[in-house]
Amino acid sequence: MSTSPMNMTRQPALLGTSGIIFLAVLVAVSVLVPVLNLAVAPDSAVHVPTYVVSLLGKYLTYALLALSVDLIWGYVGILSLGQGAFFALGGYAMGMYLMRQIGTRGVYGDPVLPDFMVFLNWKELPWFWYGFDMFPFAALMVLLAPGLLALVFGWFAFRSRVTGVYLSIITQAMTFALLLAFFRNDMGFGGNNGLTDFKDILGFNIQADGTRLVLFVLSALALALGYVLCRFLVRSHFGKVLVAIRDAETRVRFTGYRAENYKLVAFVVSAMLAGIAGALYVPQVGIINPSEFSPANSIEIIVWVAVGGRGTLVGAALGAVLVNYAKTYFTSGILAPYWLFMLGGLFVAVTLFLPKGIVGTFYEWREKRRQHDDIPDEPLATPRPAE
Amino acid sequence: MTSSARLSRLPRVLCAALALLFAAALVQRVEAQDISAALGQLTTNKYDDTEAALGALALSGSPAAAGIVSALADGKLFFGGTPPRVFIEGTGGALLDPLTMQPVADAPAVKPVRVNNRIRRAIDAASGALSLVSLDAAKRREAALAVGRSRDEAALPALEMALGKETDPKVKSAMNLARASILIGKEGITPAERIAAVELVGAEGNQDALAILRSVPESAAPEVKQAAAAAIEGIERNLALWGVAQNVWYGLSLGSVLLLAAIGLAITFGVMGVINMAHGEMVMLGAYTTYVVQEVIRTSYPGLFDASLLIAIPLAFVFTGLIGVLIERTVIRFLYGRALETLLATWGISLILQQAIRTIFGPTNREVGAPSWMSGSFEIGHLSITSGRLWIIVFALMVFFALLATLRLTRIGLEMRAVTQNRRMAASMGIRTNWVDAMTFGLGSGIAGMAGVALSQIDNVSPNLGQSYIIDSFLVVVFGGVGNLWGTLVGAMTLGVANKLLEPYAGAVLGKISLLVIVILFIQKRPRGLFALKGRSIEA
Amino acid sequence: MTATATLAPATAELATAEPAPAAKKELTEALLYLDAVTVTFDGFRALNALSFTVDPGEMRAVIGPNGAGKTTMMDVITGKTRPDRGDVFFDGGITDLTKLDETQIATLGIGRKFQKPTVFENHTVLDNLRLALKGQRRALPNIFRRESAAARERIDEIFETIRLTEHRDRLGGALSHGQKQWLEIGMLLAQDPKLLLVDEPVAGMTDAETAQTAELLRAINANGHSVVVVEHDMTFVRDLGVRVMCLHEGSVLAEGTLDQVSANERVIEVYLGR
Ligand SMILES: Nc1ncnc2c1ncn2[C@@H]1O[C@H](COP(=O)(O)OP(=O)(O)OP(=O)(O)O)[C@@H](O)[C@H]1O
Ligand SMILES: [Mg+2]
Repeated sequence: MSTSPMNMTRQPALLGTSGIIFLAVLVAVSVLVPVLNLAVAPDSAVHVPTYVVSLLGKYLTYALLALSVDLIWGYVGILSLGQGAFFALGGYAMGMYLMRQIGTRGVYGDPVLPDFMVFLNWKELPWFWYGFDMFPFAALMVLLAPGLLALVFGWFAFRSRVTGVYLSIITQAMTFALLLAFFRNDMGFGGNNGLTDFKDILGFNIQADGTRLVLFVLSALALALGYVLCRFLVRSHFGKVLVAIRDAETRVRFTGYRAENYKLVAFVVSAMLAGIAGALYVPQVGIINPSEFSPANSIEIIVWVAVGGRGTLVGAALGAVLVNYAKTYFTSGILAPYWLFMLGGLFVAVTLFLPKGIVGTFYEWREKRRQHDDIPDEPLATPRPAE
Repeated sequence: MTSSARLSRLPRVLCAALALLFAAALVQRVEAQDISAALGQLTTNKYDDTEAALGALALSGSPAAAGIVSALADGKLFFGGTPPRVFIEGTGGALLDPLTMQPVADAPAVKPVRVNNRIRRAIDAASGALSLVSLDAAKRREAALAVGRSRDEAALPALEMALGKETDPKVKSAMNLARASILIGKEGITPAERIAAVELVGAEGNQDALAILRSVPESAAPEVKQAAAAAIEGIERNLALWGVAQNVWYGLSLGSVLLLAAIGLAITFGVMGVINMAHGEMVMLGAYTTYVVQEVIRTSYPGLFDASLLIAIPLAFVFTGLIGVLIERTVIRFLYGRALETLLATWGISLILQQAIRTIFGPTNREVGAPSWMSGSFEIGHLSITSGRLWIIVFALMVFFALLATLRLTRIGLEMRAVTQNRRMAASMGIRTNWVDAMTFGLGSGIAGMAGVALSQIDNVSPNLGQSYIIDSFLVVVFGGVGNLWGTLVGAMTLGVANKLLEPYAGAVLGKISLLVIVILFIQKRPRGLFALKGRSIEA
Repeated sequence: MTATATLAPATAELATAEPAPAAKKELTEALLYLDAVTVTFDGFRALNALSFTVDPGEMRAVIGPNGAGKTTMMDVITGKTRPDRGDVFFDGGITDLTKLDETQIATLGIGRKFQKPTVFENHTVLDNLRLALKGQRRALPNIFRRESAAARERIDEIFETIRLTEHRDRLGGALSHGQKQWLEIGMLLAQDPKLLLVDEPVAGMTDAETAQTAELLRAINANGHSVVVVEHDMTFVRDLGVRVMCLHEGSVLAEGTLDQVSANERVIEVYLGR
């Protein structure tokens, strides 16, 4: 009948050690990179050229994307093979805003219609392009477009209890359907070529070094906030239910929780995070086209998370950066033809030999070392290797 | 497109050649006076006379007439000498007598019979009319159909003449139809005659008949127009039905392709529960096996080309089957019970296989030819059926039933089912579960390889071949109900037909998208597919 | 087939033993009311016109050979399996359970312990109880939920009852089989249901533990919870000392005290085989 004091100390901190390290690294990077880009002479060894800034910015958006996958795969057991679709939708929302900013500077100089519409002989703007000339509206769409798709899709899927590989397959079919749709010219999203040739964003030249730096820092900020949000979610009572669903969904239902609603909330949040990642990605790479919807892209995200460590959040971000750095490194050199061998091998090797990923394995090792330590602040719940 | 143009030219060329042959063979029976007047007209060097001569030749019924007309068409008809005579230039420039086709001994100096556009038209009409009296029934029918299509009133006398002589009922009905087609638009015939013609054409019931019926002149009597409208409506209804039937056929054809692609997956996914994302690459390897077989045949045994597919099928089965066993032994067996991990690992394998093929054979499409028995087509009613597609359907069904029989009737099939249902029990009864796993996976992969042989005939053989099938295959298996082969068959055919029936309304891409959406919705309604297995094994 | 045919008169006898108005009374007074419930799996009848009632505050033991349909009965009550035919009412006939899903039924106050113990393996024992504890179940409010002092107290209470206090920080998956059984009972307690369905709670326990479990269940029952216990262990059933119902081939074969039931010829026949 007495209240045990232990009972109150159990809640892990919002940021564990690795979380603090992670955020510290992000802060350091977003201070260092601009300094090395602006304040250091271009011929210096430590100078960071602008194209590298954008490259790093791209990695950060990928890390956010991976984080969004980890939230649902690592903690709810939803292996979405269509996460790229949410990323792309966010990207298209941003791309549409950027297209409208071009104005008369396009090849055809039409004040309203983007070039590809003039080229297709369209006379007026389709209704779904309305409002995208206003940044707040576009920003809202960055969240709403992926969020709504996830809401509708998830509502159907989770309510009818599509789980496991079945869910994976229909998410893949979803992104495939969108891929086909966005390839069509008459969809009004630039067809095959997508949206590109952007000029400026919020009045700033999109090619300018300063803009690039701001975008980079914003990406780091988004990643940090995304991390804190995910971390907040998974350590809440809500997050515990998520993990419970991952491990024993039936039991959760018999305990009185509506598992589908929990999954739906997580799925929608995850889709919105992916959308934000896409929106930050587009201005930094300067193009968005339907290939972002390709199933291969989505499945690649999974391997980032698997490499870093599923269900660890930090690992997902780390995995995204590592794999993409490797990709950049190998695809630009003489090793380019072998990149797909390596990527394929990575899929196999990680699942066979490193099922917990880098960070997960590290946690396990640390856990073993301080077996007697009373209060592990991590992991919240490293998943079993099985689904 | 070009091939169809070539096809339509074919009968004319054939016709001319055959006519020459027959003319030579039957030369004794020729009654020269029949066409001598016409021959005389060809020597006056006047277009009017030439045209009149062509008309006379067309109606003459003389076996030599066809040769003369075609010589004129080819610019090989000459005249000269005193009295002026007509000659045909034979091979090597020798002048031949138009009636006997024998070289003339004392060839005079000659000039070609001149041809202008008017004459050319007359030549076409004459050679059409002459075909109507050809000795070959098929050719006569062809000519009658051509006349019917052209609806040239000028051909009416020739047609009626030929109709009088005709004995073959099929040819006769074609000629009657042609006559009716001409009569429908002809001035100055009685309404009763015209209605009879309308009904005759209406009974034909095809697209051509529609066009003819639509051309009933405004001035025609109301009852004629009514009859035409009724006939048009009937034909349109009929054609719409045939159109649906044709789409169903296309759908079955697509369905059999889906079945081929999915059936191996039905084994690995449905029976073993292994998500093999490299399944598409097994199909691709099968297609490349076909390519290699054909290359070897081309360079070393050209005579065997028609057998290339038959050789490739077992080779592809064995080759991809072995690759499958290799994958199972080295990767998949460590991942049983971990479906999502298997999915990732096999995806990695698929990347490796694709890149391997790209490295060996290059990224571009490889040419795989069709053996003669795979090409060509025929018609049933208004259905056009290509042999290649037909064979693929037959092949898909053969593979399906062979697999069914293997699972039902053979020892290994029994062991596979036993292992699926209760692995530990099977193991304790002395079944080598490891071996059965490898065999099952090999079987699924081998079937995918055989599918690749068939798909090499209708799709581009490139490293990406498999990618385009993997999603569809999964949908088929899931849609049909996992673990149920009949479900896979029904699922594949349903999706194939649904796709082709949607296409006319939505277009190819939108049709495909809407189908994906429909399947997604369906899976959400019935997560276990059409023919769900009810039981505990599924829930575990 | 012949077995069901011979069984039919016996069940009919049971059903007609009471006069018709009593059936109505039964419905309005019963906490749980099953009438003519039939479940088939691919033609196999797992439940065959099963009828029985559980009164408020009652504890009932259910026995029966393997495959008798005991677990299936619980599946039907908790909404996991839909019956092909028959009525399942809860709370004096107010709610028709066949129209509700698992979550709704759980929220109504029916808790279940599974035959194969299922706890949340990657959560600590404490978190397992926290998740089960009666309270907010909706998704969004649970993001910002804070644990109340009352909740903490209640959890400590339960810990004492199920004697797992020193294991509270271990992962659920690390517990022994018996401990998992206890944890699951603890989770049931935390849910505070009106009716507890307990499927084979003492499988894998020592004799002492079995006795303790019987004691625990009796205590739970004494606190006003209705309990339905499925168990093969006759010593345990005897320890419970409650009304026993024997299922066979999906119907009630006999009902009464354990001695009455075990003296029943048909029950003996079923258990010893023909
Ligand atoms: N989902 C299902 N699919 C097919 N058959 C089922 C299913 N669930 C139960 N059964 C069958 O129904 C019958 C009753 O099963 P049930 O689990 O209710 O028995 P039980 O009385 O709980 O047995 P035990 O004492 O062994 O736990 C069994 O023959 C079982 O095989
Ligand atoms: Mg049971």
